[in-house]
Amino acid sequence: MRLTFDVNGVGQQADDVWPGESLLYVLRERMGLPGTKNACEQGECGSCSVYLDGTLVCACLVAAPQAQGRAVRTVEGLATDSAGGLDHIQQAFVETGAVQCGFCTPGLIMATDDLLANTPTPSDAEIREALAGNLCRCTGYEKILDAVRLAASRRTEVTP
Amino acid sequence: MRQFGYERPEYAADAVALAERPEVRYLAGGTNLVDLMKLGVETPDLLVDVSALPYEFVQEDLDGLVRIGAGVRNSDLAAHALIRSRYPVLAQAVLAGASGQLRNMATVGGNLLQRTRCVYFQDVSKPCNKRMPGSGCPARKGDHHNLAILGASDQCIATNPSDMAVALTALDAVVHVQDHAGPHEVPLAELYRLPGSDPQRETTLAPGALITAVDLPTLPFARRSRYRKARERASYSFAIGSVAAALDVEGDVVRDVRLAFGAVAPVPWRARTAEAALVGGPVNEEAFRAAAEAELAAAEPLRDNAYKVPLITNLVVRTLAELAAGS
Repeated sequence: MRLTFDVNGVGQQADDVWPGESLLYVLRERMGLPGTKNACEQGECGSCSVYLDGTLVCACLVAAPQAQGRAVRTVEGLATDSAGGLDHIQQAFVETGAVQCGFCTPGLIMATDDLLANTPTPSDAEIREALAGNLCRCTGYEKILDAVRLAASRRTEVTP
Repeated sequence: MRQFGYERPEYAADAVALAERPEVRYLAGGTNLVDLMKLGVETPDLLVDVSALPYEFVQEDLDGLVRIGAGVRNSDLAAHALIRSRYPVLAQAVLAGASGQLRNMATVGGNLLQRTRCVYFQDVSKPCNKRMPGSGCPARKGDHHNLAILGASDQCIATNPSDMAVALTALDAVVHVQDHAGPHEVPLAELYRLPGSDPQRETTLAPGALITAVDLPTLPFARRSRYRKARERASYSFAIGSVAAALDVEGDVVRDVRLAFGAVAPVPWRARTAEAALVGGPVNEEAFRAAAEAELAAAEPLRDNAYKVPLITNLVVRTLAELAAGS
């Protein structure tokens, strides 16, 4: 089947898609967007988190045909408005040392973006709950919490 | 994953017509089905995507009955003002399940029909009477620390994993179903089957039946209701025991109560024995404990899941005490 959808603001088309392909596969293998990671493929780890029509989902569990006509935003689409190449959440992860092997990072950044869009000044409990679906096996999460707090503080400065 | 077809009908009748063969599955959020297909547990030859059907609503009729469309996403259900104010137990139960990403995808209908997380059911290299009737049940002597203490059979001790369904069971929810005979209604308590000698049959639904909506009967005292879930980590984990409760107190007497348990049985367990013991009785922890113990007198714990008996008892006592205190 032919799949037409919007990826990071640009209309895209993929041909000869079979229904067993996931949105994750289409993004990585057909759209050339490897920022969204493929780890558990079971919806357990959050590494493949993307926005689908503005809602954060696990792309590994979205059947490709379910993306037909819809708008997807990936980690590659976060920084498109900034001149420096990174958005403020990505910058906060870099500065706090929240990235070790980096495999979970894109998903955590997407989950953080979703959290701060809805809850600009989250409590630690709210951060923990919002990131519960994103597993990291390196950091022990402390630096990630630091990154989210830093990003939240800067966001508050930018948009009072 | 093996090859399969895909259809996305716009009318329920078309969906039902496509789905009568046993090799067909409905696809909504995909959070359980797609996973099971990757594991080889589910091998449909056709997926009927029901996400184009008009079932993404939460509405109230003139009598105060609240109807939830089967396609409503868990996140939207938990955030809905009607649900949060009138049925807090339901909003809390939904929020206690899965992660934000999964709640954004998962639907009410799919949640009701999700499959057990028994490790033997999910592992196609192992015997399982539910997945392959007659092959045996390794769980009884194997890994059963989170399997059933109530309602099980010698064929199957799997638990129903849903949090939402426990709250809906306590609330006497009614399920709207469409099948080849047309639309009809089934009380949620009659939707689920105990395993008995044929654990592969989990519901009373006809082949191809489609859940279209869930009704919540008017229950004013459900404004004072609560879902309490114990799990092995603070979030994003299935229950090892849970309690859904609504309490109506007049003076120092229990006027009415709704009570259901999760993660202890093959179905969301309505605690009718405990309810009967509580109604008309005093509002104190001794009475709450005695009621829970009366319900759990029928429990048949195995080697590694006997902890669920005191766990549920304590959850009942604490939940009812909090409701009684108005907290």
